[in-house]
Amino acid sequence: MLKTNKTKKPSRLRKINDNILYILCLIGIIIAFLSLFALLAGAFRDGLPWLSFDLLTNFPSRFPEEAGLKAALFGSLWVIGLTALISFPIGIASALYLEEYAPANWFTSFIQLNIANLAGVPSIVYGILGLALFVRAVSLGRSVLSGALTMTLLILPVIIIASREAIRSIPKAHREGAYALGASQWQVTQKVVLSEAIPGILTGTILALSRAIGETAPMIAIAALVYVRFIPTSPLDRFTVLPIQIYNWMGLPQSEFRGLAAAGIMVLLAVLLAMNSIAIYIRNRYQKRAK
Amino acid sequence: MKNEIKIDVKNLNIWFGKTHVIKDINLGIRPNAITAIMGPSGCGKTTLLRAMNRLNELILGSKTTGQIYVDGINIYDKDIDLYDLRRRVGMVFQKPNPFPKSIYDNVAFGPKLHGVESDKDLNLIVEKSLKEAALWDEVKDRLKKDALDLSGGQQQRLCIARALAVEPEIILMDEPCSALDPIATSKIENLMRNLAKKYTVLIVTHNMQQASRVSDYTVFLYLGKLVEFDYTKKVFENPKSELTEKYITGEFG
Repeated sequence: MLKTNKTKKPSRLRKINDNILYILCLIGIIIAFLSLFALLAGAFRDGLPWLSFDLLTNFPSRFPEEAGLKAALFGSLWVIGLTALISFPIGIASALYLEEYAPANWFTSFIQLNIANLAGVPSIVYGILGLALFVRAVSLGRSVLSGALTMTLLILPVIIIASREAIRSIPKAHREGAYALGASQWQVTQKVVLSEAIPGILTGTILALSRAIGETAPMIAIAALVYVRFIPTSPLDRFTVLPIQIYNWMGLPQSEFRGLAAAGIMVLLAVLLAMNSIAIYIRNRYQKRAK
Repeated sequence: MKNEIKIDVKNLNIWFGKTHVIKDINLGIRPNAITAIMGPSGCGKTTLLRAMNRLNELILGSKTTGQIYVDGINIYDKDIDLYDLRRRVGMVFQKPNPFPKSIYDNVAFGPKLHGVESDKDLNLIVEKSLKEAALWDEVKDRLKKDALDLSGGQQQRLCIARALAVEPEIILMDEPCSALDPIATSKIENLMRNLAKKYTVLIVTHNMQQASRVSDYTVFLYLGKLVEFDYTKKVFENPKSELTEKYITGEFG
C-alpha cells in the first residue's frame, strides 16, 4: 500500500543519503582514532623503555639515566591545584551573576560577548599578561602563584561558559516550584540552581583544568624554570611544569633525552586521562538525576 | 451566593509588555470551596491564577494594577512579606515539577526553607502531607528514592504534598491534570474534593467536564475579561451570558 510511485523514489534517495552520511561519519572517526593511535604508539615506542619509578622520583639531571621529572610533576600539580582553588569560586560566582542576577541590558550582553571572545584568545597572550601583571606589577615573581593566576585567567572564560550552560539547562519549572513555596532568590539559587547545576559545573571545570595542565606557552612566558632540583613548598616558590620539562628534553642533543621526553608525554597523558575520567565519572553519576 | 469571601480581587489589570492580558477583573472567591477558572486558550486563566501568589512578577516586563485582598489584606501592598504570602498560597503546576531529589526531600523542601530543622518535625510533616495528598501508602517504603522514578500521576500528587507541607490556606492548581491519564486524573479530582474541606482551592482548566465535575463555582474568562462567575451548576445549566453558552456547547474555544 505504501509502495506508490509517489513515495518510492524519495525514500530510496533518502536511504542513499543516510548511507553516505554514515560513511562520512565513519571516516571521520577513523581519522580521529588513527591519528590518536599514531601519537600514542610513537610515544609508547620511544618512551616505554624510559618509563620507570625513578622517572617520577628523580630530579632532572644532565645524565639521562639519572634524570627524572619529580620537580615538574609536583610543579604541575601545585599550579593546577591552586588554579582550581582560585578559578572554581570565581567562575561559579560569575556564571551565577550573569544567569540569575544580571539585568538583561546591553551591558550584560557586552560582558557575555567578551567572555566568549576571551575564551578564544591565544594562550601566549595570557602568558604575557601574567608576566606583566602578576610577575612584575604585583611583584609575585616567577612563582607558583603567578603561574596559577595566569592559568586562572586562561581558563576562567571556559569555566564561566560551561557553568552558564549548566545553569541554563535547569528547567524554569524547578525554579518556579521553589518560588511558589516561598523561597527567596538566594534560596532558589542555592538549593535549586546550584544543587542541580554543580555536576555540569564540575565537569566543565575539570575539563578546563585538564586543558591548562598541558599548556606550555603561558608558562614559558612566565618563565618557569627549566632546571629545578626542588619541590615547591609554598605558592611563592619558583617551579617548573611537565610540558616545559618535556619541551626542554626534546631540545637536548643526546638522543636519550628524546626517550625521556616521550616517557614524560606518557606521564602527562596519564594525568590528563585521570582528570578526564573523574569528569566523566561525575557526569555519569549525576546524569540519571538530571533527566 | 454566600457572603464570606477569602480572596477579593478588585479592578485587577495585568500587562506583559504592551499586551493587556487581564482586564479589570473583580472577583470574590469563597473559602473552603473549589473555584474553577475556565476559558479558551490565551484568555488569561493562568495569569489570573498566578496573580494570587504574585508569581507573575518573575516574568520580565509584567505589570499589575488593582488589588487582591486575602483575608482583607492587600497582597500587592508594599510591605507584604512575599515569602510568607507564597507559603500561604500554595501552587501546583500544569506539568508535575518535582525537584530531582528524593521523595522525602521534595516534601521537606518547603518546611526547610521556612526554618523547620529537626528531623522529628520534618518526618511528621512529610508523613502528614503525603497522607493528605493520598500518596503515603504508595511511597512510604521508598521515601529516600528518587522522585523522578514515580509515575506522572504520583509526581503530581507529590507536588500537591509538597505544597501542603508549608501549611497553606489557599491552593492554586494550574491545569493539574492536563498531563495525566484518566485514572490519575480521577485520583487527583477526588483529592481536590477532599482538600476543599480544609483549603480554598482554585483550579484553572480548559476541560469543561472537569470544571463541572469538581468545582463549586466557575469563572468564565474570555480575552482577559470576566464574562461569568456563579455556582458551577448555574453556569453550566443556565448561563447568563450568550458567550458562555456558546463556549459550553462547543461553538468555539
